[in-house]
Amino acid sequence: MSILVNSETRLLVQGITGSEGTYHSKRMLEYGTKIVAGVTPNKGGTNYLGIPVYNTVSEAVTETSANVSIIYVPAPFAADAILESAYAGIPLVVCITEGIPALEMMRVHASMPEGVRLIGPNCPGVITPSTKTKVGIMPGHIHLPGRVGVISRSGTLTYEIVKALTDAKLGQSTAIGIGGDPLPGTNFIDCLELFRNDDETDAVAIIGEIGGSDEEKAAEYVAKGYSKPVIGFIAGQSAPPGKRMGHAGAIISGGKGTAEEKKNAFRAAGIKVADLPSEVVPLLKESLR
Amino acid sequence: MKIHEYQAKQLLASYGAPIPLGDVADTPAEVLKVWNRIGKGRVAVKAQIHAGGRGKGGGIKLAETEDEVLSSAKKIIGMNLVTHQTGPEGIKVRKVLVEEALEVKSEFYAGITLDRSSRSPVLMVSKFGGMEIEEVAAREPDSIVKMKIHPLSGLFQFQARELGYRLGLRGKPLQSAVRIFTAISKLFVEKDASLIEINPLFHLKDDRIVAGDAKIGFDDSALYKHEDIEALRDEFEEEPAEREARKANLSYVKLDGNIGCMVNGAGLAMATLDILKHFGGTPANFLDIGGGAKRERVKDALKIILTDKNVKAIFINIFGGIVRCDEVAHGVISAKKELGISVPITIRLTGTNEKEGRSMLESEGFATGVSLDEAAQKAVRSAA
Repeated sequence: MSILVNSETRLLVQGITGSEGTYHSKRMLEYGTKIVAGVTPNKGGTNYLGIPVYNTVSEAVTETSANVSIIYVPAPFAADAILESAYAGIPLVVCITEGIPALEMMRVHASMPEGVRLIGPNCPGVITPSTKTKVGIMPGHIHLPGRVGVISRSGTLTYEIVKALTDAKLGQSTAIGIGGDPLPGTNFIDCLELFRNDDETDAVAIIGEIGGSDEEKAAEYVAKGYSKPVIGFIAGQSAPPGKRMGHAGAIISGGKGTAEEKKNAFRAAGIKVADLPSEVVPLLKESLR
Repeated sequence: MKIHEYQAKQLLASYGAPIPLGDVADTPAEVLKVWNRIGKGRVAVKAQIHAGGRGKGGGIKLAETEDEVLSSAKKIIGMNLVTHQTGPEGIKVRKVLVEEALEVKSEFYAGITLDRSSRSPVLMVSKFGGMEIEEVAAREPDSIVKMKIHPLSGLFQFQARELGYRLGLRGKPLQSAVRIFTAISKLFVEKDASLIEINPLFHLKDDRIVAGDAKIGFDDSALYKHEDIEALRDEFEEEPAEREARKANLSYVKLDGNIGCMVNGAGLAMATLDILKHFGGTPANFLDIGGGAKRERVKDALKIILTDKNVKAIFINIFGGIVRCDEVAHGVISAKKELGISVPITIRLTGTNEKEGRSMLESEGFATGVSLDEAAQKAVRSAA
């Protein structure tokens, strides 16, 4: 039944009338996503791209029963947008926006109501090809319905792996970009747990990178026993310490968070490690045989 | 963004944390004036650069007489200070902090960082000040006391007291420590800092508690909210290419190899460097031009890559997805002509119209590749 998003997804777009929101809403509609509402303050009551626009998320939820929201609003307003969806009772909030200050995200996490899952911020979103449900900014056409779950901290690097899976006819059950920020709402373990219980997923690819210790924690989780093969790749082998490599979360600090440490943690947990992105698919094939 | 010690100390003082008497100066004559103003006593003359290890590199000197003060100032101002954090080329010293030298009883450590796993800032103290906290963590891990700062409520007074007690303080020095911990926690949260370190935190013979050194870093994503902090930026401390990249809103990190890299997306950019290395090449930089690949950005990016004189070849890796590759190709071709680029360029493009894009590039003499591995190997060969 794939995970997180599927044919039941009724999507609400926060910031639908902005340029990013407009562009990506069109792409999501083309792909087949069911967008039921848009929210832009002061534009309530209008219709945009054939979708009703509301002033507030809570009004939109009451009117349309939206159950997933996606956020394209600029960084200074994004933390508030996350909480607006969460407090309106939407159980899954996907935040695409990059550049939300870390302390604002800490305040968001400290204020989140129970039972709301946040994906991102600074992520490409989630896609389930089998149900034609795309909640994000990824290019839809490179995906193929399949049985490999993908979890990644990156955007274009995920597409690289996704395309290789598609070219190899393996496809994806669901691909999740958890984002490149230091304080993601959903981490590797959360996704591994969801894929574990998903009968449409046979194997999982984890695309990690330097910084933090989420990969190490995922490795500990897998080491305790995971029913499906897991393949890992870590970007940033050649990154110098103390330098932020594009993503706010991609930094080796105090000698911690190196690619080597993460790869070793993966190996110790029985996760096969690809040294190049092009090795992910061959390793998966081997494990699935 | 990092700031200098003297700026950090002024900020600390504005939040009510005690700092030594002193001021910043950029000429020996100014240094002497500061010395006169703060009482002509024993002083420390401290080089102001954004790197640690200044003392060992000869960037901090104690002086007591007018002659000593002058000669220290002359030695330090203008020197090329090399420390374990500057790299072998060092950093030129433009300013010094002249500060009263205090009678120290003991040295502590106090610092705040963002803790990813607890999703909150964490205040750490240790009895072992004056050495790097990583070293303390390795040698005396039990000496480090950590306290989570609630992102909405800030540090509670009982937490500040407990930290003080754990340093062995009682009475008046405990009160001052509480004041300092409260001040730095408030500063951290209000100004969106990413790191504050007071190392050492002096416990003086007269029982005062004073910030001996101060290091503060700020969250780049939050600088738009803090004009006062942005104004503290010292552009001399930035790698010139990194400064240009910041102004062009590109994410660039200089490395020491010879293949200039331009990639869309940070994760893919990191992986691209790794792949070049895997095939025996050495990347000259990390550069993420962002999700799309707009023409002006491509040009800005190439300009920045070329400011590095070590660059012998350029590798461009664009995962187009929904970007049209013929447009990207067109942008790269015109940028090459406009900028008069003579080093070989290898491009790997995927996405809509990728075949058209590739054939356009090939007819203009660019090397291309269908797979990332193939293109990377061509780029490595072109730089050899």
